[in-house]
Amino acid sequence: MSEPTPLLQATGLAQRFGARTIYRDVSFSVAPGEVFVILGGSGCGKSTVLRQAVGLLPPTAGSIEIAGHTITGRAGEAGRAVARRLIGVMFQSGALFGSLSLLGNVSLPLEIFTDLPPEARDAVARVKLGQVGLADAAALYPAEISGGMAKRAAIARAMALDPPLLFLDEPSAGLDPITSAELDRLILDLRDDLGATFVVVTHELASIMAIADRCLMLDRNAYPDAGGVIAIGDPHDLAANSTHPMVRAFFHRTLMPATAGEP
Amino acid sequence: MPGLHTESPSPATSSSATSPPGTSSPAGLTTQSGGDGTVLAFSGQLDAAGAAQLWRPTLRAAHAAASGPLGFDLQAVSGIDMLGATLLAAAEAAHGSPATVTGADPKTTTLLARARAAGTEAKPAPRPPRITARQMLAAGFGAVSGGVAFVGEAVIAVIHLPSRWRMFRLGDVLREADQAGFRALPLVLLLGYLIGLILAFQSSIPMRQFGADLFVANLVSISLLRELGPLLAAVVLAGRTGSAFAAEIGTMKVNQEIDALVVMGIDPMTLLVLPRMLAALLVMPVLTLLLDFAGLLGMTTVMTGFGYSLPAIQAQVQSAATVGDLTGGLLKAAVFGAAVAAIGCRSGLGTGIGPRAVGFSATAAVVGGIVATILIDGLFAILFYRLGL
Repeated sequence: MSEPTPLLQATGLAQRFGARTIYRDVSFSVAPGEVFVILGGSGCGKSTVLRQAVGLLPPTAGSIEIAGHTITGRAGEAGRAVARRLIGVMFQSGALFGSLSLLGNVSLPLEIFTDLPPEARDAVARVKLGQVGLADAAALYPAEISGGMAKRAAIARAMALDPPLLFLDEPSAGLDPITSAELDRLILDLRDDLGATFVVVTHELASIMAIADRCLMLDRNAYPDAGGVIAIGDPHDLAANSTHPMVRAFFHRTLMPATAGEP
Repeated sequence: MPGLHTESPSPATSSSATSPPGTSSPAGLTTQSGGDGTVLAFSGQLDAAGAAQLWRPTLRAAHAAASGPLGFDLQAVSGIDMLGATLLAAAEAAHGSPATVTGADPKTTTLLARARAAGTEAKPAPRPPRITARQMLAAGFGAVSGGVAFVGEAVIAVIHLPSRWRMFRLGDVLREADQAGFRALPLVLLLGYLIGLILAFQSSIPMRQFGADLFVANLVSISLLRELGPLLAAVVLAGRTGSAFAAEIGTMKVNQEIDALVVMGIDPMTLLVLPRMLAALLVMPVLTLLLDFAGLLGMTTVMTGFGYSLPAIQAQVQSAATVGDLTGGLLKAAVFGAAVAAIGCRSGLGTGIGPRAVGFSATAAVVGGIVATILIDGLFAILFYRLGL
């Protein structure tokens, strides 16, 4: 079986803040139709990798291609402009626009980037909200809804223009297990129905096991001087077969050997 | 016994006041120094109240006993919690080596072990780097060049406007104009009227000594139309609207809404900044004009009080002030408006992380707006002088 062309290709990413190197040599590729999860402990740079991948933060080193368009480096401006039409992003807090209703939030990208007449925009936005189970909440404002609804509305907005690649930053953080499981279901449904590709940042073990085709595990002590990738692959395979102590500790929810021997 | 003294600071008053009812055994400390070291004998309740009472005496005694071994006698202790255990651990740290503990129940031993493991010694906080004059100069230069860059970005956004006209929402311009203009009217009218009143009244007192109080009309009208009208309107705009722009956009920044716009390919400059700048630019001449009128009305109130007729005041104003004074003031007002709005939006977009950053941005917007207004006013003064206006 030949490798499909990757939708997202990251090569040798590094991030330094001042003298501190958060991570280096982070490379991965995401194939079309895949649910790719970036995981790791708190503070290892998961969200920073996501910010780099969507073009919000220029990496200190390394390059990123989205569907063959390089979005990093000096020539990245044109690539970013193209790539932004190919991606949708759900931020951790939802980042819905407070001055617009949910319908307004979802129809804003349609209004700016399509020639749809207003009634068609509304219809499309209602369908998107229906897909995430928020058909009845279209008229509500972000301040009037719960955290789980905000995340679902943000997913609806992210897929307003049917981008082939969706980035989700901690979709299940701060949600109860049932809502979290519903979001997982939604991600898999969208993947199966629309063929969308997902890059999901999370550290919810149950969620990872449920949705991830492949995962990338970051650790802040991967190198003596910096963080980086400690494992990449099928999460079930990693859970069963990895010999890396940190990977084992993560998947089996045990303490790390160094800290486990407390009296 | 070689040395025995009791330190139990005012047990009757302080412990009965601080201990919860029912557990009223006051904490006490007895220091016993002998050839085989120092033993600190505690008694009573070693909780928050007890630790507060005994903290300094205990640490002083432990420090004084640094030459020999230290012991804790806990037989008379009726209860201990994590705070009491922290006191013991701190005493060990002050002494320099672990103490031998006698009379401890298993719970006390566990708590003490936890407190020892956590460590009570304060690590010296990293000293904040010293700021040199050079760094301050560089920061000032950076702020100025950042402002220039922001103006450049705004100009580029205007140039790109034909291709991004959908991102420029006219409704936003009207909404902001309503907020910045119409809703500021009562304040602007009141301010203008009172300033005209006060200016006329104050200047009439010295002018009257020379019999020149009719010329108060000249003074007030020229100073209002040329300087005070635009300046005061700009101060009102900076306080009411510049800060609101900074807070609103700053909250959007903190809430990642700006990031969301950028990844959608929507230019925040076109969607957020240009409508606000345009709205401020449009409403400022109107606000200034109304402030001018209100000020002249205030001056008229004073002058009629002094017995001058309306036609006399009107003739005086018309002879003193020219249409050029008025239009010059209105032109300045429009520029002030754009500057205040741009500074407010820039402060908002530059907001850091967390709720406090939004407050800083709002403050910076007001301060920056007023300072910029006065600087631009100075530039206009030079310009008008050179042009002979």
